[in-house]
Amino acid sequence: MNIDFILFLVLALAAIATALGMLLSRNAVYSALFLVLNFAVVAVFYLLLGAPFIAMAQVTVYAGAIMVLFLFVIMLLGADELAPGKALPWQRPLAATLAVVLVIEAAYLLLARGAPSGLVTPPTEYTNSTESLREMALALFGQYLLPFEITSILLLVAMVGAIVLAKQEKGGRR
Amino acid sequence: MDWALLLEWFLKSLVLIFGLLGGFAYTTYYERRWIARLQVRVGPNRVGPLGLLQPIADAAKLIFKEELTPAKVYKTVFFLSPLLTMVPSLVIAAVIPLGTSFTLGGRTIHMYLANINVGALYLMSVASIAVYGIVLAGWSSNNKYAMLGGLRSTAQMISYELTLGLMFVAAILLGNSMSMVDIVEGQRDMWFGAIQPVGFVLFFIATLAEVNRSPFDMPEAEQELTAGYHTEYSGMKFALFFMAEYQKMIVVSMIGATLFLGGYRELWFLKDTFLSVDRAWFLGPFYLVAKVFLLLGLMIWIRAAWPRIRYDRLMSLGWKVLVPLSLAVIFLTAAGILIESSWFILISSLLAAAVAVAFIQRALRRKAYEFA
Repeated sequence: MNIDFILFLVLALAAIATALGMLLSRNAVYSALFLVLNFAVVAVFYLLLGAPFIAMAQVTVYAGAIMVLFLFVIMLLGADELAPGKALPWQRPLAATLAVVLVIEAAYLLLARGAPSGLVTPPTEYTNSTESLREMALALFGQYLLPFEITSILLLVAMVGAIVLAKQEKGGRR
Repeated sequence: MDWALLLEWFLKSLVLIFGLLGGFAYTTYYERRWIARLQVRVGPNRVGPLGLLQPIADAAKLIFKEELTPAKVYKTVFFLSPLLTMVPSLVIAAVIPLGTSFTLGGRTIHMYLANINVGALYLMSVASIAVYGIVLAGWSSNNKYAMLGGLRSTAQMISYELTLGLMFVAAILLGNSMSMVDIVEGQRDMWFGAIQPVGFVLFFIATLAEVNRSPFDMPEAEQELTAGYHTEYSGMKFALFFMAEYQKMIVVSMIGATLFLGGYRELWFLKDTFLSVDRAWFLGPFYLVAKVFLLLGLMIWIRAAWPRIRYDRLMSLGWKVLVPLSLAVIFLTAAGILIESSWFILISSLLAAAVAVAFIQRALRRKAYEFA
């Protein structure tokens, strides 16, 4: 029982608890907050694995920017209280089936492929140095340049689309 | 476990936290005296010599005030949000170096709490978390004014965070590292604020918006929103918001000084004299405090001098002027580093800023025609 393992267990429990909290809250704002907590826990996982850059990026992008926008929209629309309305009829069986499939798949992968030597295996000390940032940047802008650029174009398209939609709705107000 | 190391961390954290708390108290005093001077008044001068005990009297008053919890608030979030505002404003200071290092009983003690290789990113992520306290305070109060304040602050912070982050990038490019210590040491020969003054000004504008200081104090605009997001708060909970606001001011001044004004380092042309921190380690914190003092004074001066900006203009300024200009500044900085000429960076970014100012001027003049 080393300290990493205990930390991992506690964090894993926290991650599951916050995820459940997000799903089960009837109030959209609480759901959003649980999701923020979940992102924070995942960021700590990254720290545990010796990847501070990804941990910080996770917090900045997901918890700091995207979820703030989510909250903004929830508050702006006043959609925080969920009416106890009916769910779609086919949704529940479908979700249950998919969940079972996911569990079976995960179990198969875990058992058949075998667990790695430890639950948490931090990479070498190298990843924690400044060099790792440089390495990552080189990989991102060298080896994976095309996927990187395609992703950014995709985001740009989404942004332009959102702006076009918003403009049309306003109509002749300008 | 190295107990001496733990003790060192503990003591450093204590110094940092109490420094910020004391700094908060006396920043309020500084603000009131300095604004009074700018408005040809006297300001608080009754409690203690020169009014120096005023902050302590204020603290005692706030502690003993009655705390009200309105009936229809969302209790948990209502209690948590002052803390959510307060804590980021303290922990963000962990990566800011306060000085070089000194030896005490055979140990080298560095004057920073943590020197992580993603220091700049740490600052960004904590700063982006800080908005939650305000938004949730607005929402959980169940009050329209508070809600509007919360909404405004979200939109404002998201918009100005872009400029803030991009200006971090400019400093990172110039310092060739994300570690704050390396960035400060990179300014040994020349402050980044002297190479890239436009970057520093953009950073300063963005930080004013980020800490909700005038002229960007939309979330708590008294005339429009009563008191904005903290309308329903009283007593110690209100005091926490108050503290957080002033601590944020101090911390962003520290960050601004670190990124662009040489941090704990002396003026660049003094680097070989006896005033250099390389010769005298104990001067480091003094230099940093002096710079923070100047930046705070500038913020207060701006509050005394300028009216609040209108909300649509705030958004236009953020998205149509500051973001494009910061992108241009980053591009020019990177180009200047590539051709190894700091003059190129200085002149080209000043030109870019001139174009932006001309653009604002033209837009405003056209508006004036429309309304005339």
